[in-house]
Amino acid sequence: MELIKDGIRYDGRKVDELRPMEAKVGVLKNADGSAMFKLGNTVAVAGVYGPRKVYPKHQEEAERAILRTKYNMAPFATSERNRPGTNRRSTEISMVTRNAILPLLFLDDFPKTAIDVHIEILRADASTRCVGINAAVLALADAGVPMRGFVASCSAGIVEGKVVLDIAGKEDTEGELDLPVAYYPEKDEVTLLQMDGITNNAEAKEIIKLAVKGAKDMIEVQKNALREKYKLEGAE
Amino acid sequence: MMERKLVIPGDFLGDGRAGHGAFEEDSKAFSNVVGLAEEKNGLHFVIPLSGIYNPKRGDGVIGQIQDVTFSKWIVDINSPYEAVLALADATDEFIDLTKTDMTKYFNYGEIIFAEISTVSKIKNVQLSMRNRKCRKLRGGRFITVTPAKVPRIIGKAGSMVEMVKEMTNTQIVVGQNGMVWVKGDNEDIAIEVVRMIEEKSHLQGLTDQVKAFLEEKMGSTTKEVVTDGTD
Repeated sequence: MELIKDGIRYDGRKVDELRPMEAKVGVLKNADGSAMFKLGNTVAVAGVYGPRKVYPKHQEEAERAILRTKYNMAPFATSERNRPGTNRRSTEISMVTRNAILPLLFLDDFPKTAIDVHIEILRADASTRCVGINAAVLALADAGVPMRGFVASCSAGIVEGKVVLDIAGKEDTEGELDLPVAYYPEKDEVTLLQMDGITNNAEAKEIIKLAVKGAKDMIEVQKNALREKYKLEGAE
Repeated sequence: MMERKLVIPGDFLGDGRAGHGAFEEDSKAFSNVVGLAEEKNGLHFVIPLSGIYNPKRGDGVIGQIQDVTFSKWIVDINSPYEAVLALADATDEFIDLTKTDMTKYFNYGEIIFAEISTVSKIKNVQLSMRNRKCRKLRGGRFITVTPAKVPRIIGKAGSMVEMVKEMTNTQIVVGQNGMVWVKGDNEDIAIEVVRMIEEKSHLQGLTDQVKAFLEEKMGSTTKEVVTDGTD
């Protein structure tokens, strides 16, 4: 099947167009901070707990807070049921998510505590780690955890020889390359970079640039969602 | 009143130093939480709208006795850090530790209002009962609210909480850590009002709304008393 025809992709998007996004802050009642991020058919919910006491106690650090992240995909998130629980893939994504948001936090402000970030993928249609990171950053801000700014995460790749932004659906399974990026604009830094596929140097740079451009658009969506929730409280 | 601006993490606050809720880079101040920005003499700070209670020296807090050790009490103050109340800070009496049972003064589960006397860099929190306002809170009920909403519950110079106290005829003690103690004839109504303030803390003219709510509630209870009397 042809995935790109006359510069239009099979789902009707241009090659450098993101899927429709939606973000909502404060979706879980019991969490200290929470957020939902939706990118096309991919939906992630993140909950943040803490800073709180560290259990088990041996993980505690005397001079800073520890950041613990957990990425989990619901069994019903994909069309074929996936086995519930932690697996090799989710362990890896938990780790890269942690590394992506770590540069934002002032962990020294809360010694002897833990900040727990739980990411739940409710519906998966490619780029779940990116959507998870976006939700997690919003949830951290909602929890009142001090942060330097925002990171946003977006993927780009190659489908049928063309560089495209925000891989989705069939492009993920049939495309040649998928490259998720997390971008931290204040420092102009990339905090997550993974690649699944083969390419050359020049093309890789082009893909990263495109993904960064997508991430910049996502940051605006994140910031607006956060302002939306607290808008009324500022009107005082 | 000064216009306060809503800021989110990473927002530029202005040139100058950064106070709490802000961080500094190349002598520029940026917000690091969601909150309302303020500035005083070139010091930029942000009043947070969410977050846990971070103990601060001089805060009056309500806590629950969690543990009693040989010479001190461990107090839960609704924070990731537990507070320590040393014997010397608790009472002026001379106490012979070998002969006295510490639970005689404060027992497990009891509620106290205390002042935070020191907070160390690694967050060892010390309490003191030396302030006149500090005491054991006997009876009554206590609830926990979001610490960021405490200023709204207290109101300007205590106006909000004083009004609730007067109109419901109850004693109310609000700790900076978000714990609220209520005792009196109309505990239910007082708690309902505190919850209402917490929920609607962002609204303008909340004082009037609370007043109207209390008048309605209290009015109805007085009426009941009257009808009971005529029967």
